[in-house]
Amino acid sequence: MDIMNVNPTRMQMTKLKKQLVTAKRGHKMLKDKRDELMRQFIELVQENKKLRDKVEAELAACNAHFVNAGAVMSKKALDSSLMSSKQQTGVEVASKNIMSVDVPMFETVSKSEDEGDIFPYGFAFTSFELDDAVSSLGALLPDLIKLAEIEKSCELMAAEIERTRRRVNSLEHVMIPRYEDTIKYIAMKLEENDRSSRTRLMKVKDMLLEKAHHYSEKE
Amino acid sequence: MIGDSESVKGFGAVGFDLFICDDIQNSAAVLKQITEDDYYAIIFMTEEIFQQTAKEREKFAEMLTPAMIPLPGTRGNAGIGTQRLSSFVEKAVGSDILFKN
Repeated sequence: MDIMNVNPTRMQMTKLKKQLVTAKRGHKMLKDKRDELMRQFIELVQENKKLRDKVEAELAACNAHFVNAGAVMSKKALDSSLMSSKQQTGVEVASKNIMSVDVPMFETVSKSEDEGDIFPYGFAFTSFELDDAVSSLGALLPDLIKLAEIEKSCELMAAEIERTRRRVNSLEHVMIPRYEDTIKYIAMKLEENDRSSRTRLMKVKDMLLEKAHHYSEKE
Repeated sequence: MIGDSESVKGFGAVGFDLFICDDIQNSAAVLKQITEDDYYAIIFMTEEIFQQTAKEREKFAEMLTPAMIPLPGTRGNAGIGTQRLSSFVEKAVGSDILFKN
C-alpha cells in the first residue's frame, strides 16, 4: 500500500478527502479532454493520410514530367526557363484552437498580379512537357499548403494527447489510489485510537470503582 | 523548399523560395540559416534532408511555425511522410492502430 507521509489526524483526513474530490474531478475532465482530442486527432490524421497519398502521387507525376522535359530540352535551357519565377507565393499564418491546442492555419497569398499566369518563361523555346510539369505543380500548390497545415496540426495534437494521456494515467493509477489508501489508513488509525482510549477508560473506571467500593474484598 | 537541385527546381516556378542543398551534409547549416530569422512558416524539404536534420528540427516540433514537411524528391518515395504520420499516431494512441499493415 502506497501511502503519503502524513499525520493520522482528523484534520489531515478532511484535507485529503477534499484533495481526492479535486483529483477525481480533474481526472474526469482530463479524460474527457483526451477522448475528444483523440477523436479529432484520428479524423485529422486520416485526412492527412489521404492528402499525403494524393500529394505524393501527384508529385511523382510532376517529377516525371520534369524528367521528360529534361530529356527533350537541354539542361541549361530548362534551368534558365525555371530560374525566374513570376509567382511569389506567401502564406498568412493564423491559428486555431482545437481543445486548447493551438494549431496553425495557412492561407496562400499570391503576390503576383495574375494568379493563373504561372509560367515563368515564354512558350516558344520550351517543351510542352515542361508546361505540363509546371501547371500540375501549380495545381498542387493549395494541396501542399493544406498538407503542411494538417500535418503540423497532427504533430502538435499528438504531443498534446501524449501529455494529457500521461496526466490521466498518473492521476488514475498513482494519485487517486494513493489518496484513497491514505484516507483509509487515517480512518483505520483513528478507529484504532478510539478503541484503545475506550478500553483504557473502561479499565480506569473499573479501577476507580474498585477503589471506592472494594468489590473484591466483599466477595 | 530545401532539397537537391533536381528535386526543387520546379517549385521555384510556383513561387517557392528555393534553397539548394546538393550536399546532404550541409543540410543542417542550410536549415539553420533559414530558420534563423523566423521568416518562413512552411518549410518543405526532400525526404533525404528531412532525415538528415532530425536533430535540428526537434526544437520546432512544439512550435506553431515553421511547419517542416517532407516531400518525396526525384529520387523516389522512401515513405518518410507516411512513417512520420504513423509515428504521430503511435505517440498519441500508444500504438499504431491506423497504418499498421
